[in-house]
Amino acid sequence: MIEANALTKRFGDTVAVSGLSFTVSPGEILGFLGPNGAGKSTTLRMIAGFTKASSGHASIGGHDVASAPLAARRQLGYLPEGAPAWPEMTPHGFLQCLARIRGLSPALARSRLHYTIERLQLDSVLHQRIDTLSKGFKRRVGLAQALLHDPPVLILDEPTDGLDPNQKHEVRSLIKEIAADKTILISTHLLDDVRLLCTRALIIHQGQLVTDATPQSLAARSRFHQAVTLQLHADLLEEDLELIIQLIHAVPGVKDIDIQTPSQTQGYQITAFPAQGQEIYAAIRELASQADWPTQDVRLELGRLDDVFRQITGNSQGQP
Amino acid sequence: MNGFQALYRRELAAYFSTPLAYLFLIIFLVLSGAFGFWLGGFYERNQADLSPFFMFHPWLYLMLVPAVSMRLWAEERHSGSIELLLTLPISTATAVLAKFFAAWTFIGLALALTFPTWLTVNYLGHPDNGAILASYLGSFILAGSYLAIGSALSANTRSQVIAFISSVTVCLLLLLAGQPLVLDACRAWLPNPLVDAISAISLLSHFQAIQRGVLDLRDLIYFALTIGTWLWATTVVIDHQQAD
Repeated sequence: MIEANALTKRFGDTVAVSGLSFTVSPGEILGFLGPNGAGKSTTLRMIAGFTKASSGHASIGGHDVASAPLAARRQLGYLPEGAPAWPEMTPHGFLQCLARIRGLSPALARSRLHYTIERLQLDSVLHQRIDTLSKGFKRRVGLAQALLHDPPVLILDEPTDGLDPNQKHEVRSLIKEIAADKTILISTHLLDDVRLLCTRALIIHQGQLVTDATPQSLAARSRFHQAVTLQLHADLLEEDLELIIQLIHAVPGVKDIDIQTPSQTQGYQITAFPAQGQEIYAAIRELASQADWPTQDVRLELGRLDDVFRQITGNSQGQP
Repeated sequence: MNGFQALYRRELAAYFSTPLAYLFLIIFLVLSGAFGFWLGGFYERNQADLSPFFMFHPWLYLMLVPAVSMRLWAEERHSGSIELLLTLPISTATAVLAKFFAAWTFIGLALALTFPTWLTVNYLGHPDNGAILASYLGSFILAGSYLAIGSALSANTRSQVIAFISSVTVCLLLLLAGQPLVLDACRAWLPNPLVDAISAISLLSHFQAIQRGVLDLRDLIYFALTIGTWLWATTVVIDHQQAD
């Protein structure tokens, strides 16, 4: 259980995080989203107890991070931004040292070390200095460190950053696998993380909470929600294309149409947007198969998170 | 306790994972030998004691101890690992103490490696080994005081260079506090009791007292207070930075 209550952080005159309140319960994987500089890392740091809040409270597993820091930290596995580690150590020495600092019994330490090393595929670099490792390995060493003591609460700042697609997949399945009885808070700027991993998403913008929703309901806010996209062959004649567009327009409930003209190989892409609450997929599908259009694909869109993200956080991305 | 022990071991091992530790040991041994035997006139004095050897330790430490202490916190802050360290289930004070004692152990090792000097003087004559032991102890405690100062100043910055320079400066001021150079300058514009106070916090006079072979409780308390105060200052600085 993670609780944040009116968390606020000021750096001099600038307000980095302003009155943020939310709760994460066991079994949830909460994705923390926002443009760069929105205050994501600052918030995670306040909850992890590294940065002291200017006002407001945070607690981990019922322990206030300011008044009972050690009890709170015992419940916590934390991957800080950039996955820092002691650079002159080897992953093996590093994990072993942390197991000792956390007071794991030798037998437990051995089994947990074995588990994290295997699941994060660290065996090939176990005895190399951490400062000589690639970014992906460093990130995984940081994750191993956070998971080592099997904590009930995990706070992970960009856990999949710098990983290749296979590694991203591995890390996501690992997090999902352990999520059942854990409280997990991740920050990310990868919308795939939210779509594939999170049960809930918070979007913060300029230090304030602007959205708290499931990824599905978030996607439903996209104008692509319930839209239908047709993929047509590139060698389609202009007249045929115009005919098809006219026919789609005539389908009841279609409000708008987007056409993306082909790069040579991909063909035409037509997206039909429904009017509010209208169902158009079945009708268009029917039409396409009856008229024998040269379609490669007709698919129903569930909504695009990046579209919603841009809508919510506006054009001020990258501003401090 | 787990946390202290594990962190202490890690820190001590960290010194030996770079060539710096060996470089430091060699420089320390060569310089302490050279200062003692040539500058101090060990042979010419024709006395079986080690006071010329210990006499130069305050000056030798002035350069070498800040070189050890500068990395204590500045490096953690620079690499970001301080965020990991301070979110582990150990208190700031535990972390400060573990790091300090690891560094002190390392310097103690350097000091212990000067034992051939002690063997030499015992081979050449019949020195007062009690006085030599007291001097070793005094020298070790003096190094600890420098280290505690360096620890607080290292916590204040992410640049090891700044940590080094500020530590050397503060140590030098405290070293010279009892000397006419500093006292005369102060006497011109400070009331007498304050000048006396400044003279009383001089590292050098307390070290020289121990070095004469007299283990006075007051000197020991002085050094314990110095070390304690600066380590306390280290935790205050670290906790304060988390509030920024």
